[in-house]
Amino acid sequence: MIEVNQLCKQFGKVKALNGVSIQVNEGELYGLIGPDGAGKTTLFRILISLLLPDSGSARLWGLDPVADFKKVRQIIGYMPGKFSLYEDLSIIENLTFFATVFGTTVEENYYLIEDIFKQIEPFKNRPAGKLSGGMKQKLALSCALIHKPRLLVLDEPTTGVDAVSRQEFWEMLKRLKAQGITILVSTPYMDEAGLCDRVALIQNGKILETNSPEDIIERFNKPVFAVSDNNMYQLLNNCRQYPGVASVYPFGEELHITFSEGSVNPVHLKEFLVSKGIPDANIKQIQPTIEDCFMELST
Amino acid sequence: MKTFIAFVNKESRHIFRDYRTMMVLFLMPVAQILIFGFVISTEIRDASIGILDKSKDDASRRLVQRLSASGYYKVQSVFNYERDIEPAFRRGDIQLAVVIEQGFGNNLRNPDGTAIQLLADASDANTSQMLVNYCSGIIQTFAIEESGIEYAPILTTEVRMLFNPSLKGVYMSIPGTMAMVLILISAMMTSISITREKEFGSMEVLLISPLKPYQIILGKVVPYVVLSMINAISILALGIIVFKMPVLGSWMWLFVLNLLYILLSLALGIFISTVARNQMVAMFASMFALLLPTILLSGFIFPIESMPWPLQWLSRVVPPRYYIQAIKTVMLKGGGLTYMWHELVTMTGFLVLFLSLSIYKFKVRLE
Repeated sequence: MIEVNQLCKQFGKVKALNGVSIQVNEGELYGLIGPDGAGKTTLFRILISLLLPDSGSARLWGLDPVADFKKVRQIIGYMPGKFSLYEDLSIIENLTFFATVFGTTVEENYYLIEDIFKQIEPFKNRPAGKLSGGMKQKLALSCALIHKPRLLVLDEPTTGVDAVSRQEFWEMLKRLKAQGITILVSTPYMDEAGLCDRVALIQNGKILETNSPEDIIERFNKPVFAVSDNNMYQLLNNCRQYPGVASVYPFGEELHITFSEGSVNPVHLKEFLVSKGIPDANIKQIQPTIEDCFMELST
Repeated sequence: MKTFIAFVNKESRHIFRDYRTMMVLFLMPVAQILIFGFVISTEIRDASIGILDKSKDDASRRLVQRLSASGYYKVQSVFNYERDIEPAFRRGDIQLAVVIEQGFGNNLRNPDGTAIQLLADASDANTSQMLVNYCSGIIQTFAIEESGIEYAPILTTEVRMLFNPSLKGVYMSIPGTMAMVLILISAMMTSISITREKEFGSMEVLLISPLKPYQIILGKVVPYVVLSMINAISILALGIIVFKMPVLGSWMWLFVLNLLYILLSLALGIFISTVARNQMVAMFASMFALLLPTILLSGFIFPIESMPWPLQWLSRVVPPRYYIQAIKTVMLKGGGLTYMWHELVTMTGFLVLFLSLSIYKFKVRLE
């Protein structure tokens, strides 16, 4: 059980955290979703006692990361955003090292990591620096788990990892959750929000919203339309000129559009675009995503 | 203890897997000692000397002949007056002047003895020292032969070093190189290896592990102590075998001294790493804060006594200074604890200071 209350942290003139409050329940897979520089890493580092907050407080199962930092460190497994294992040591050497340093053995908690470790075991004598991104990530997760932590803190574990490995990784997290481990994970990928039990959307050191992903989408409660055409630039400019439009954001090969209250009229938009010389624009209503919500909340 | 051993193990693997750095670590000292060693032991051949023969008798003529026949010296000028000598030095005509006393030949057999004065241009300290040593040797042999008395007390050679009266010994460069190589390897390598963990992010994981700060620090240090001791031994071996460096004092003290100095350097390295943020800063800090003072201020190349007083004062806080002094005491003078306790105490003081500073400054957090 984690309670974070009005945390503030400033680096020079930058307010990395500006009154952050979240609550994570025991056994939850909790996602911290936000773009780069939102304050995700800072929040994690304060929680695991690597940074001191300027003000505000945090409690992990009643332990204060400032005063009881030694006890806090015993209950967490931490995987930093950067690959932080020893590249010149082999897979098995890294794992054994972290097991020994945390006062346990690989055998003792092997059942916990077996699922993950099995996949990289065939390469166990290969130096960690020569592994692929997905394999490095599995090794780092194994090392963070080897002492059977109560809380697993993963800082952007899927950044820079291919789509298949990302998928696998989330599967692994779900299985770990089933073992009763509370998991705190941060990611800049909005599409991963749906895989968490609950998420906090964070930007510029402020929490925009905390809820389950479904509830966040439900509360969004606005029809979203995807518009696409060959000439995206022209399309974007023209959609922004359309009088009844509330927001236009490019999403990959589409524009996501919401209309202002009372003027939801895709047919009219189509006519408007035709009059602007875009005859073939494709407009269709879609389910809003977390990202749509994020965009809405962050403006 | 098990965690500590695991840490030392890991650290040793880092070192021994990095073949290139290993090569540098072991070959650099060898190369340096050879370079510095041979720079000072350049052979003397046909050095220009000047003679002021006040005696002008048979014996003095034979002595001059002996000097030029040795192959080491070439008589460049013959003076009539003492006042001519210094200008000749200033013009660079001669490197050494031999002044033979009046009545040299007669007094050789006289119980009161006679004297020869050697004047050397000590602005080139090492060369002049060698010129004087060789010359004194020749003169002594000559005196023994002429008088028929062994350990001829009747001839005293008076040596005056011009321009640099406080000339230091000829074996200066070996202790100096040891001081330099050991501090460089120990301090730079440890500071780099600690800052590397910070840079790669593994320090974050180590910090949240149950490892205590002193375990991390000691774990980093232990492999480098071994490595540096091997280096110290190889440098000493080269000094003794190739350069005939004597070890007059006890080997035990030599060992203690080197161990103490290595520990001190490692403490310095750790201290640097607690201040430096990344490997680059650590490397430059070691280079400028340690290497340059070791070369310039420790008395390795420039004698401390001839420095201006602010630099003399500054050299007191340069630890290699004490190491070099103590090493010379043990190796060249054969002195024991009584002659170097001051240096040992000072070095121990530095060690304690830097070690406690680094443990104090070692952060259990990231900032």
